[in-house]
Amino acid sequence: MRQFWRLMLRNPGGLIGLVILTIAIAIAVFGPLLFPTSPWRMVQRPFLPPFTLSGLPLGTDALGRDVMAGIIYGARVSLLVGLVSTLAALAIGVPVGAAAGYFGGRIGDALMRFTEFFQTVPSFALAIVLVAVLQPSIVSIVIAIAIVSWPPVARLVRGEVLSLRTREYVQAAIVTGQTNSWIIWREILPNALSPVIVLASLMVATAILLESSLSFLGLGDPNLMSWGYMVGAGRTVIRQAWWITVFPGIAILISVLALNLIGEGLNDALNPRLGKNGR
Amino acid sequence: MRSTRALARTGASMSDTSVSIKDLKLALPPGSDRAYAVDGVSFDLTAGKILCVVGESGSGKSMCAHALMGLLPDTVIAEAGEISFGGQDLLKLDEDGWLGLRGHRIAMVFQEPMTALNPLMRIGDQIAEMFEAHGLLTPKERKQKAVSLLREVGLPDPERSVRAYPHQLSGGQRQRAMIAMALALEPAVLVADEPTTALDVTTQAQILRLIRDLQRSRNMAVMFITHDFGVVTDIADRVVVLQHGKVVEQGVADDVLSRPQHPYTRALLAAVPKLQPPSRASRLDRPKVVEVVGLEKTYVSGGGWFQPTRSVQAAKEVSFDIFQGETLGLVGESGSGKSSIARLIMRLIEPDRGTVRLGETDLTRIHGKTLREQRKRIQMVFQDPFASLNPRRKVGNIITDGPIAHGTEPAAARARAHELLGLVGLNASAMERYPHEFSGGQRQRIGIARALALDPEILVADEAVSALDVSVQAQVLNLLEDLKTRLGLSMLFITHDLRVAAQICDRIAVMQRGSIVELRPAAALFSAPEHPYTRELLAAVPGQISSSKAA
Repeated sequence: MRQFWRLMLRNPGGLIGLVILTIAIAIAVFGPLLFPTSPWRMVQRPFLPPFTLSGLPLGTDALGRDVMAGIIYGARVSLLVGLVSTLAALAIGVPVGAAAGYFGGRIGDALMRFTEFFQTVPSFALAIVLVAVLQPSIVSIVIAIAIVSWPPVARLVRGEVLSLRTREYVQAAIVTGQTNSWIIWREILPNALSPVIVLASLMVATAILLESSLSFLGLGDPNLMSWGYMVGAGRTVIRQAWWITVFPGIAILISVLALNLIGEGLNDALNPRLGKNGR
Repeated sequence: MRSTRALARTGASMSDTSVSIKDLKLALPPGSDRAYAVDGVSFDLTAGKILCVVGESGSGKSMCAHALMGLLPDTVIAEAGEISFGGQDLLKLDEDGWLGLRGHRIAMVFQEPMTALNPLMRIGDQIAEMFEAHGLLTPKERKQKAVSLLREVGLPDPERSVRAYPHQLSGGQRQRAMIAMALALEPAVLVADEPTTALDVTTQAQILRLIRDLQRSRNMAVMFITHDFGVVTDIADRVVVLQHGKVVEQGVADDVLSRPQHPYTRALLAAVPKLQPPSRASRLDRPKVVEVVGLEKTYVSGGGWFQPTRSVQAAKEVSFDIFQGETLGLVGESGSGKSSIARLIMRLIEPDRGTVRLGETDLTRIHGKTLREQRKRIQMVFQDPFASLNPRRKVGNIITDGPIAHGTEPAAARARAHELLGLVGLNASAMERYPHEFSGGQRQRIGIARALALDPEILVADEAVSALDVSVQAQVLNLLEDLKTRLGLSMLFITHDLRVAAQICDRIAVMQRGSIVELRPAAALFSAPEHPYTRELLAAVPGQISSSKAA
C-alpha cells in the first residue's frame, strides 16, 4: 500500500489529477456554504459579462442567474452522478463478469451473450431512451448511465478471472475444498482488482460526460443545476454571451481530464511492470 | 561502423582469448537484496572452448551474459571492470557499436525458444533477417543460406522448415532454429543462456551434442550458462562457479568437477541427486490407498467453423495402484500426460472414462458438497512456488483456509498451522507475512504445510522440486521423505527428472504419449530397463560420465 502511494505520487499527471479532483470534491462539499443562495435565483441583470462585478466573477446567464453559483452546484451533481453510477455499473459488471469467467461453459456463454446484447445497442441512444421512459430525475440518470456502462466492466473482469482461475493458487483452493463463492471472493477478485480500479476511474469521467450530454439535451433532473444543462441553456446565445457556455464547459473539461490523469496514474502505480521506462 | 568491425576481426585473430572479462562489477538499483549483481568477476572465453558458468538462481550468471551482449537492464549499471573483445572494451561501446557486433561477432541463444522467436514470422525469414540487419548478401542468397543453416543444425526437411512458423515446430526444433539464427553470421563468440533448461532430457542431449559439434567445427568460444551440473559434465571445457555474484571457483572442468576446492562447489556437487536409487523395502503387501483404473482423457481444441478439431490424448487406459506408505513416481517428458494424470486424480479436470478410488470412495462419481468433503483426503503440492500461493493472503490464512472450510475452529486451525510451520522448518512468525517475503524453497515449504493442514492420506506432488535450485531441492526432497514416514503418507510424485525420481520413489511409472509404458520398482527400473523408451530416457540423463567415474 505504501509503495502504491509512492508510485502514484511520483507520477506528475496522476498527482495533478488527484489535486484537481480533491479541489473539485471540496467545492462540491463546501461550495454551497459560500454560495447559500439557490443557483436558480435571478441575482442581476441578464447577460452580465464576467469580471465586471466583484460579487459575480463569472457573470450571469440569460435569466440573470449567477454562473459561478451554477458551476459550484453543478459540481455536486456531476461528481455525484459520476461516482454513484460508476459504483452501480461495477455492482452489475463485476458479478456478471466473475461468474462468466469462473464457471465458463453454458453459464459463461449465456452471461456474455447477455452482455453483448447491451453492447450492440448504441449506449447514448439507450441512455436517452431510458431517461425519457423513467422520467428525468437524478435517480433515473444514474440508472441509465449504470446500465449503459457495465458491459466493459463485465468483459474486463471475465478476462481477468479466466486467466486467474487457472493459477495454481486457485487450484490449490479448489483442492483444499473451498466453496466456489469463497474462491471467487477471496482468491480471484482481489487479484483482479487493479485493472478494474483503473477502468472505474475512467468510467467516472465518462459518466460525467454522459450526464452532461443528457442535461444538454434537456434530459437532466429539472430540479438540479448541472454543467451540461448550463451549456445547453447558453448554447443559443453563445455569440452574444460566450461565458454562459464556456465556463461550465471548462469545468467539465477539467474534471474529466483530472479523472483521466488519475486513471493513468493508477495504471502506472498498480501495474508497475507496464511502466513506460521498462523494457 | 565498418572500421570497428575490421578492428574487431584483427583483434580476435591475435590470440586465442576472444573475450576477457576483468573485475566486472554490476551495481543493482538501491533497495535490492544485495548491492552488486556481479561483484569483481573475471574470466576469459577462449576460441574453440566451452566455458560453463554455473550457479544457483540469483547468482548473477545471467547478468554476466547480458553484460557481454550489451543487454543489461537500464537499472543495472556497470560500475567497474572491463569486457575486452577484439581490442575494444564492450562496456564503453555505444549503441551503434553494438549494432555492428551483436549477432555478427557475438550471438546469443536464449532459454525459451518460443518467446525468443517471433511467432508471426516464418523461420527462414527470421534467419534471413540476420543478414538483412547487417546488410549482407542478396535476398536470394539469404534464403539459400537459411536452408543450409537449418540443414547444419539438423532440422528435418530444411526446405520445408524455412517456411514453418515457430509454433509448427517442436521445442527442440525451435531451439535448433534459434541456434541456426545465432550461427548465421559465423560469430566468434556464442552466449547460451540456459538453452536446454526448457527442453526434455532426450532433446536436451541432442541439443548439447549439436552445440558441442558446431562449436568444434567453427572454432567458436562458447559461454554456456546453466544451473545443471549434469549438463556441465557433458559439455564444459572450463567451469566458473558463481555464488552471490562472486566467482568462488574456476578452472578446467575435470578439476572442478572431480576435485572441487571451494566448499560451495562441493555442496552443490553433493546436492546433485544420484541416478542409483537407494534400496527400499517393498510395500506391495500393504493395503491399497489409491486405485486408478482405466483412466482416459482426450483434450479437444479448435473445432470452430473454419478449423478442424484437434485432439490430444493425455491419458490412455492409465491404471495403477498406490500402496499405503509408498511413493509412486510418474516420470515422462513434457506432453506425456503426467500432469494431466495428477489433475485427473485430484479431480481438477474430469476424466472421459475410468475411475479413481480412494479406499471405498469413487472420487470420479461424487459431486458438490460430498466431493468437497472428500477432497481433504488427497492433497497436492504444486510445481511453481511463486504461482501456487495467493500473493494477497497472509501465510497463516493460506494454511488455515482449508481446515476452516472443513469445519475446524479458527483458533484450533491456527494452532495447527503453527505446528505445521515448525514441521516444515519455518518460523511461526511466518503466519503474519505475505508469500512474496519468502524465497522459492520457503514458499514450497508453505505449500507443503498447506497440503498437510488437512491431514491427507495421499500427497500428490506435481514437479514439486523442479523450480528449485539443487541445494534447496535436496532439502525439500528430504523434508517430503521425512514427513511421509512420520505421518504415514502415501505419495504420487510427478517429475521429469530421473535423478530426483531415483532418490524418492519406491516404484516408478514411465509415461509416454498418455500411456504408462513401464511400471516397476525403482531399483529394477534403473538397473534393467525393459521398454526401449525407458532406456532412451535413462541414456539421455546428463552428467552420467562423472557419476560412473566417481562410482
